[in-house]
Amino acid sequence: MLDHLAFEPPKPKVIAGAKADWELVIGLEVHAQVSSNAKLFSGASTTFGAEPNSNVAFVDAAMPGMLPVINEYCVAQAVRTGLGLKAEINLRSAFDRKNYFYPDLPQGYQISQLYHPIVGEGEIIVDMGPGVARRVRIERIHLEQDAGKSIHDMDPHMSFVDLNRTGVALMEIVSRPDIRGPEEAAAYVGKLRQILRYLGTCDGNMQNGNLRADVNVSICKPGAYEKYQETGDFSHLGTRCEIKNMNSMRFIQAAIEYEARRQIAIVEDGGEVVQETRLYDPDKNETRSMRSKEEAHDYRYFPCPDLLPLEIEQAWVDDIAATMPELPDEKKARFVGDFGLSEYDASVLTAEVENADYFEGVVAVCADGKGAANWVINELFGRLKKEGHEIGESPVSPEQLGGIVKLIKSGDISGKIAKDLFEIVYTEGGDPAEIVEARGMKQVTDTGAIEKAVDEVIAGNPAQVEKAKQNPKLAGWFVGQVMKATGGKANPSAVDALVKEKLGL
Amino acid sequence: MSLNQLTIAAARDALKAGDVTSVEITEACIAAIEGADALNAYCAKTPEIALEQAKAADARLKAGDAPAMCGIPLGIKDLFATKGVGTQAASNILAGFKPEYESTVTQNLWDAGAVMLGKLSMDEFAMGSSNETACYGPVVNPWKVDDRKLTPGGSSGGSASAVAADLCLAATGTDTGGSIRQPAAFTGIVGIKPTYGRVSRWGVVAFASSLDQAGPMTKSVRDAAIMLGAMASVDPKDSTSADIPVPDFEAALTGDIRGKKIGIPREYRLDGMPAEIEKLWNDGIAMLRDAGAEIVDISLPHTKYALPAYYVIAPAEASSNLARYDGVRYGHRAKLGKGDGITEMYEKTRAEGFGPEVQRRVMIGTYVLSAGFYDAYYNRARRVRALIKRDFDLAFADGIDAILTPATPSSAFGLGEMASADPVEMYLNDVFTVTVNLAGLPGISVPVGLDAKGLPMGLQLIGRPWAEGDLLNHAYVLEQAAGFSAKPSKWW
Repeated sequence: MLDHLAFEPPKPKVIAGAKADWELVIGLEVHAQVSSNAKLFSGASTTFGAEPNSNVAFVDAAMPGMLPVINEYCVAQAVRTGLGLKAEINLRSAFDRKNYFYPDLPQGYQISQLYHPIVGEGEIIVDMGPGVARRVRIERIHLEQDAGKSIHDMDPHMSFVDLNRTGVALMEIVSRPDIRGPEEAAAYVGKLRQILRYLGTCDGNMQNGNLRADVNVSICKPGAYEKYQETGDFSHLGTRCEIKNMNSMRFIQAAIEYEARRQIAIVEDGGEVVQETRLYDPDKNETRSMRSKEEAHDYRYFPCPDLLPLEIEQAWVDDIAATMPELPDEKKARFVGDFGLSEYDASVLTAEVENADYFEGVVAVCADGKGAANWVINELFGRLKKEGHEIGESPVSPEQLGGIVKLIKSGDISGKIAKDLFEIVYTEGGDPAEIVEARGMKQVTDTGAIEKAVDEVIAGNPAQVEKAKQNPKLAGWFVGQVMKATGGKANPSAVDALVKEKLGL
Repeated sequence: MSLNQLTIAAARDALKAGDVTSVEITEACIAAIEGADALNAYCAKTPEIALEQAKAADARLKAGDAPAMCGIPLGIKDLFATKGVGTQAASNILAGFKPEYESTVTQNLWDAGAVMLGKLSMDEFAMGSSNETACYGPVVNPWKVDDRKLTPGGSSGGSASAVAADLCLAATGTDTGGSIRQPAAFTGIVGIKPTYGRVSRWGVVAFASSLDQAGPMTKSVRDAAIMLGAMASVDPKDSTSADIPVPDFEAALTGDIRGKKIGIPREYRLDGMPAEIEKLWNDGIAMLRDAGAEIVDISLPHTKYALPAYYVIAPAEASSNLARYDGVRYGHRAKLGKGDGITEMYEKTRAEGFGPEVQRRVMIGTYVLSAGFYDAYYNRARRVRALIKRDFDLAFADGIDAILTPATPSSAFGLGEMASADPVEMYLNDVFTVTVNLAGLPGISVPVGLDAKGLPMGLQLIGRPWAEGDLLNHAYVLEQAAGFSAKPSKWW
């Protein structure tokens, strides 16, 4: 199926420094909140926006003697995500404690999976335009707990802590350093988000912080990256800096752009990039040092003794695999292959699974893929966007839009009438075929009636007839006049043929 | 005999026969507790709760609905969360902490009809072998030599002292490296640490999660069998609780161990071991042989590495488990000075809240887990742990049914006697017991005799995993043969 979508890798982004050209090497660690009603190790709710400290179980607040118990659904979601990224599923994984003190981390450690993650190597195809895509390798996915929220701006002297998010399940999805430019990095996050949403394993809501990325950026001279690829030796690459906690694609691009130029300036000045963690300030569009390697926490990772190694069975994984939805790449390929859509249209329609489902609903009624794509993308999306509606809020159902396209396809209505019909259905509702019938919107294919109208127009415009005989292109003017006279209901190709015949063109 | 001196088994039979009521036994215990402040065993007394539970138990007994522990008054180690009743692991850092939840073990006991007399002191966070690290001051052993006050051992020292002095019929303990078995031996009572995973850790304040296990401390082996049956359960709230049914341990006490193979590990014969301990051990061997068991010399070659490995693993886990005591949500929070921030709050709170031994272990644990030392200490200790477990596995695979060792390297020592000693000397108290925790096995301490000073001494039996019934039966035979019936004379 994917044969329809052969691709070439994009060219790496090249930034011209003062002295030389530079390339970027980027890897991302995406923290995706697992879609689950309950937390990773407690039964507490994960509902966003609840009263502070209302979704907190004893174990989330780290009360003495409380113990974590793994939420099977969260494990299934991680496995589903792994399968969606064509990754290796580790039947045996284990949880470790990452120890550090922070008021919104009640246990004093985060339970994570450092040594034995649940998902191993996979890949994501990041589309960069028709026929161009980057294959980004996924190193691992592990499950871990989110921390709570510290609030420092409510009181001049005190800080507040909200533990609602404490213990919510996160998947940390770690890529290899395969990304070669800011646009690719944003596209990677976009594609990952799309796949997660298709899988239903993360809602991808970046505003609420449900999808956040740590971005590792380094620079190298052209050719160095290829040497790294051949040898796997990281010394060919520059020292990386990690930009923490980015929750917007736009900021990811801007931060990488800024960070690359900062590193280039340092190196071209004869300096050395220091490995450190940095924060991006969108107001000033710059990254700032958060802590250096020397100041880095010693997390004292060790196996969490409260949890036995997580052992899952292949049969359970197979059951999850059997219920996997069709993913964006496959769906896009099928839309191109089965419906003859352009790769561009197929991309637009598969961007969100709801759009793709809507489109397929339209095709099911009208059996016209291209027509359906045209109407969904150009008319429906345009109209919804204008009014700020989501696809789920569309007043026109797939069946209704399919009915409209079907009427066009059968020649019952013209494209122009169809737009009027769409407007009626959009604002008033109703069955398109019945509306066409009731309001006499049917296209006139009766040659007798059309001929009469043509004759009248020719008879009424002798001067134009003379001109048209000199310049056959003017025939279009007659077609327009006939269409006007018939209220747009005449079949345009029939009119065109008759006009040409009568004018002897 | 007053009612507080009853064993669980005797009380159970008397209660069922209607010869006595739970309220009567409970009142006897409350009176004994009131007269025993000198022992400092109870850190919280709950006579109102006790009498209420006793009345309810009497009603159940009357209705003929009397589970195993119905009407039996118990003391509860301060490590177990008891809903609405102070639970502070004998630490200032949990000052005033009253949980909103009940530990699985205590809930199981209440469900079985037991009665709570109060909370029992212990070494702070179960770290210690003498009960001198308790924030409530040391617990005193009811056994005495001259006028010298002795330690009841630790960390379950309050439990041991209370049971030995008849301040309850039995008590809960917990054992991470010997904290049930060593104090049991020091006070002439029975204490069993079950197989790791037999008893739920939910609601028990954690010291070292991979080693901690709760168990009963009782006046007889039969009582240990009855009470272990009530404490144990398969608990979905504890991921390390094993999904293995709890058998009727008491039914296993047949008194017949003919043909069983008892292993005597040569590595437990330490240089400089007191002659009395050596003799006690030999006596125990003779008793089991006389009962028809076959005595086999065995080797557990990695024993000598157990103590160092334990004192890496246990502090490592503790350093992480105790990170939650930060002054943010509950317990003690230090008063802060002007300009103090979150770091100062952590530092001052923990410096004030934790005693020196806890601080020492948190620092050791933090050190052995830190980057650059992790492999040399923690990972190496884990490998040693695996080897120690394999030593036992091989012995059991050779057909050994139980292993007999001393429980402690000495009898009870004086309070304050180790104050100026190197902490490692105190750690040596665990030398015979830590291997059992590292291997996750069941181990029981049984009082077998008195030393020349008139102090009790115990022997330890180590059993196959999940074979507590068989282990208890061996202990039962040893108990019967030893006929240990000495009691401390009341001075308090």
